[in-house]
Amino acid sequence: MSKLYSGAEIVFKCLEDQDVNFIFGYPGGAVLPIYDELKNHSSIKHILVRHEQGAGHAAEGYARSSGKPGVVLVTSGPGATNVVTALTDAYMDSVPLVCISGQVPTHLIGTDAFQECDTTGITRPCTKHNWLVKDIKDLSRILHEAFIVATTGRPGPVLVDIPKDIQFAKANYSKPKKEKKLNGKSNNKFDQNDIDELISLISKAKKPVIYTGGGVINSGPEASKTLREFVRLTGFPITSTLQGLGAFPGDDNQFIGMLGMHGTYEANNAMHDCDLLINIGARFDDRITGKIDEFSPKSKKVHIDIDPSSINKIIKVDLAIVGDVNEVMKTTIKNLSKKQNTLKDSNKQRISKWWEQIQKWRTKDSLGFVNSDETIKPQHAVQRLYELTKNQDTFITTEVGQHQMWAAQHYKFNKPNRWMTSGGLGTMGYGLPAAIGVQIAHPDKLVVDIAGEASILMTMQEMSTAVQYNLPIKIFILNNQYMGMVRQWQELLHEKNYSESYSEALPDFVKLAEAYGCKGIKAENPDELDIKIKEMVDHDGPVIFDCHVDPNENCFPMIPSGKPHNQMILGPNDKEENKITGKGKALV
Amino acid sequence: MTKPKSAYSIPTKKGKLDTHIFVVWVDNEAGVLARVVGLFSGRGYNIESLAVAEIDQAKNISRITIVTTGTPQVIDQIKLQLKKLVPVHKVADFKREDKKVIFKEMALLKVVANKKKIEKCIKACKSFNPVILDKTKLSTVIQITALRREIDKMSKRLKPLGLVSTSRTGAIAMTRGAEIFK
Repeated sequence: MSKLYSGAEIVFKCLEDQDVNFIFGYPGGAVLPIYDELKNHSSIKHILVRHEQGAGHAAEGYARSSGKPGVVLVTSGPGATNVVTALTDAYMDSVPLVCISGQVPTHLIGTDAFQECDTTGITRPCTKHNWLVKDIKDLSRILHEAFIVATTGRPGPVLVDIPKDIQFAKANYSKPKKEKKLNGKSNNKFDQNDIDELISLISKAKKPVIYTGGGVINSGPEASKTLREFVRLTGFPITSTLQGLGAFPGDDNQFIGMLGMHGTYEANNAMHDCDLLINIGARFDDRITGKIDEFSPKSKKVHIDIDPSSINKIIKVDLAIVGDVNEVMKTTIKNLSKKQNTLKDSNKQRISKWWEQIQKWRTKDSLGFVNSDETIKPQHAVQRLYELTKNQDTFITTEVGQHQMWAAQHYKFNKPNRWMTSGGLGTMGYGLPAAIGVQIAHPDKLVVDIAGEASILMTMQEMSTAVQYNLPIKIFILNNQYMGMVRQWQELLHEKNYSESYSEALPDFVKLAEAYGCKGIKAENPDELDIKIKEMVDHDGPVIFDCHVDPNENCFPMIPSGKPHNQMILGPNDKEENKITGKGKALV
Repeated sequence: MTKPKSAYSIPTKKGKLDTHIFVVWVDNEAGVLARVVGLFSGRGYNIESLAVAEIDQAKNISRITIVTTGTPQVIDQIKLQLKKLVPVHKVADFKREDKKVIFKEMALLKVVANKKKIEKCIKACKSFNPVILDKTKLSTVIQITALRREIDKMSKRLKPLGLVSTSRTGAIAMTRGAEIFK
């Protein structure tokens, strides 16, 4: 007879067989048996966070920077409800997470027991799938399946809720099955006809643009290489969504910048005027499309995505290819180079006028800003940070708001998995715990959280975690004493009625850093910025950098709500009065 | 410059609404109905009627039939979103007008009236396969199977004849002919 294991032992055996090295968690009554078992498994290290939301975001940072699923362990009730924000965030941004939550013993479920909540009910809409384990015999099968669901197809979070009595109960352990048929949930069957049609579109296009998204990152580092090859081969201009940054080098001439609400003038105009739009692993998010009716009106649209439900959800496309973007691009490249060796030259001629037009748009210098000798401009701070860290392999996380957009605009990424930001859900407080997860995955790399002073206070407690594990993360706060993006919208839409958007009673971040036992640095004028950034980078340990920036700076360029791509507001140099009126006001 | 109307998610041209019947084969496990129904409510789709029951005990499969309305784009989304759910095996989708598919609903009608009126009721139900499930001096319970609108009509017609209570199922569907949906 094979050996019987307790539920808690089975949890760890599963994690070991799934090559899990780190779990991010917080103990509590309903997971104590699992925590008790931790000591017997030296290959798995537990990172104790200070709030379960932090565990979720840290696991996201770990997953996004390493390509492996992040594992979270929380207790029942408040433990589970606290992790909901992170699960939703992971769901929106397609990040593979496996969350294990404790539950009250099965006989108490439904009795409003202490720290009981309907965890699977609460997390059903924010996970790819979840399970309540009611029978110990199902536990190992469910845990293995959880990893498969989280990591295959379009990745996402899953949750396994394990009642306390199941953690004590005993059963056999079964190893993960190789190649389990997954109910047809991962799609990678595309037709040669689709590829042929794509190639015919490519060879006819006069004004093409490639628009890539997080799907390229999710497809693995291989996909970024393939994308580079594909872009070189076609000679087409390429733009990227917020999540796709890094898949193609940000300082390359063929890259025309990020698109969307705070994208570059050239990228948005190219989207509007193009005659062929190739969407690779992006989902036509509303921050990208602007006004749907006037979105890229003259183009043939191609959508390559692994998730069939992304196709035609928002924008009707002319050609849909459902599959792993890497596979689709590889096949396309193969066919392209086989069929037309001369394509590269003919393409260049055909689209040369288009490139001229793009160069014209580029001369607008839409990311430009008026620099100052007296105050630090936030854009300048990000640019300096980039210049002073670009010589090493740097990982950037962000919170949410103006600083996030400035980071996206002014920090150039050359590799995938180096940029972790909450795009879909827009979770303030994401960056600090995410940075912890990234640093865990890459202990020797430089990890910087470009933050805002309002966002950072939402998950500030995780500095303790960073100090405990001596994770040398750098928190680079662009402190403008405002919830900047809120203030910007109030300026544009609500006649400068800055209702509740001022960051009153801010802590002294340097003292706060010291209180946590790490280093605090403050920079207040442009002259000292470089030296202080260097001091931050050189410090071996966690740093909070309080960078006082111009409080009145707004994030430009911008597509105001209610406008299509070709009607952007440019920076302060743009004279045109371009106020949002009418219905646009109701929409954020 | 064009007039700034508006952008993000302002409902643009609203397409024509079609009524569709979805048949969904799912694992019969805890929470599966909540997943399907939650998908509809969470994404703002509409459910006109719903019928669920286990159809294969050995394989533990339930069949869910959902009647819904939506623009072609929404109908397409419903189908694709349903297919993404882990316990969902397959999804069939039929237009209500589809001649190749049989749709049926069942209703139980309780009539409290004198003998004459009850007889009238039973007669009125004649073309909908009436089965008398219960009969007393003062009342009767009639089971009919018919289309939704036919049952609607019947309840209206029987009201003055003493119909006091109606209980009805959601629609269920089956394709005609020898083929089965794969």
